[in-house]
Amino acid sequence: MLDIRNITKVFGGLRALDDVSFSVPAQSVSALIGPNGAGKTTMMNIISGMFPPDEGSVSFNQDVISGLAPAAIARRGLSRTFQHLELFGEMTVLENVLVGRYIKSRSGFVASGLRLPSVRAEEKENRERSLDILASIGLAEKREERAANLPLGEQRILEIGRALATEPTLLLLDEPAAGLNIRETRDLGEMIVRLNADRGITILLVEHDMDLVMRISTAITVLNFGQKIASGKPSDIQRNPDVIAAYLGDEEPPC
Amino acid sequence: MTVFLQFLFSGLTVGSVYALIGMGFNIIYNATSIINLAQGEFVVIGGLLMWFFLESCNVPFFAAIGLSILSAGLIGLIMERLTIRPLRTNDLLVMTMVTIAVSIVMRGLLMFKFGKEPYSYAAFTEGDPLVIGGAVIQLQTFWVLGITAACILGLYAFFNLTMVGKAMRACSFDPTAASLVGIPVSRMIMFSFILSAVVGAVGGAAITPISLMEYDKGPMLAVKGFCAAIMGGLGRGRGAIVGGLTIGILESMTAGYLHSGLKDAVALVILLAILFFRPAGMFGNTTMQRLKGH
Repeated sequence: MLDIRNITKVFGGLRALDDVSFSVPAQSVSALIGPNGAGKTTMMNIISGMFPPDEGSVSFNQDVISGLAPAAIARRGLSRTFQHLELFGEMTVLENVLVGRYIKSRSGFVASGLRLPSVRAEEKENRERSLDILASIGLAEKREERAANLPLGEQRILEIGRALATEPTLLLLDEPAAGLNIRETRDLGEMIVRLNADRGITILLVEHDMDLVMRISTAITVLNFGQKIASGKPSDIQRNPDVIAAYLGDEEPPC
Repeated sequence: MTVFLQFLFSGLTVGSVYALIGMGFNIIYNATSIINLAQGEFVVIGGLLMWFFLESCNVPFFAAIGLSILSAGLIGLIMERLTIRPLRTNDLLVMTMVTIAVSIVMRGLLMFKFGKEPYSYAAFTEGDPLVIGGAVIQLQTFWVLGITAACILGLYAFFNLTMVGKAMRACSFDPTAASLVGIPVSRMIMFSFILSAVVGAVGGAAITPISLMEYDKGPMLAVKGFCAAIMGGLGRGRGAIVGGLTIGILESMTAGYLHSGLKDAVALVILLAILFFRPAGMFGNTTMQRLKGH
């Protein structure tokens, strides 16, 4: 579904990503892991179009999307959340999700301004869909609260809700469990599995919480210092000596 | 008391126009962080176009309003397309300088077309002025107040109830996140210029029968509207309304009770005082400004 081919990205003298290739199969819950500074977030930014790669290409459903604007990529059905929350804090919970419906609505500037009947019907539908999403992520009760007032865990879930409103087929989650406690992390994991199973959304996850990654993902790619060092099933990754060395350091003598 | 009421109403009238200009500043500022110093020209364009359609082309009243609004929107669009979009720079100082250049060009074109004399046309409805508490109020005053109120409500509904309006607000809070949920930020910027031009032009069309309009009124109007926006806290819709009305009333009282020569100084004194003591505006809060990173 998503094919990353030979991506290289250089910031100044630092090769943040060095000839990295991997793919995300449709319907999978894939994970991208690695120690700090491995290039995971850079990869997410390249996939979502925030900046172009120096070399290599990203294809989504067989079309090359690297080089397109973020909004154009989102319209193709690829949505993302952020490591550092990027909610519209001054808007309500419901409005945050509603805004995600923008690409699904057809009414233009003039029609909206005049509030034509077609616009009203569409706004009603947008509102209902958004309320459905809020219900499915458990935030329906808080729909009129300012997003900035929610606790961190709920803000992260709301970000996922906003991403869902664009009706993505592939959802990129950048460290969704960062800052969450054990219970919140467990709920989040269940929610991700549910999104994948019930809505058929393919997931690509960047995450530090290894418990979560090993529990929910079906395929894992490991980066270290901008290079891919392993990929495979969770059980294989856990036993891979390179991965263990990358996480624990390779100071100890080989046995 | 009679005199006071008279000054109050004339202050409210000009104040409404300042409020509309202030809101125009806010719309563009929220979408782009640019201070559009051609905002006053939009008002002049509104008044002069209305005159052009009414008196020069003899178009019926409602058609003239429609055509003026349409043309103003188009001018806003052209301004964004020709100057803001091709630049694609993040340097706000450069962008703001460009809006000054646009205002100079617009003034030149307006002088070329309309000359230097002031223009006016008949009030929107005929009839004798109303007498309230001894103060004589022209009917056009109620038009100005009503149109301002309609613009305020219309903008509020647009930004809070429609998808495009919400998307524009989303862009002002966080352009990155907005673009990642598929909102075309550059189109929202274009909309903000159109909307801002229309709001300014409507104010100009409404005030011209009372205070006349000439090609070079723009900069002073922009200064007053800018004071209104700053007073209310840049980017805050309700702030500009209160700011505009306050400046209008103080101006009118100063001109009436002190000296009419001091009139234009009022807004500038207020502007300086606010920038010294409350840079985030009377209602603004400084932490929010800091968080927005401006």
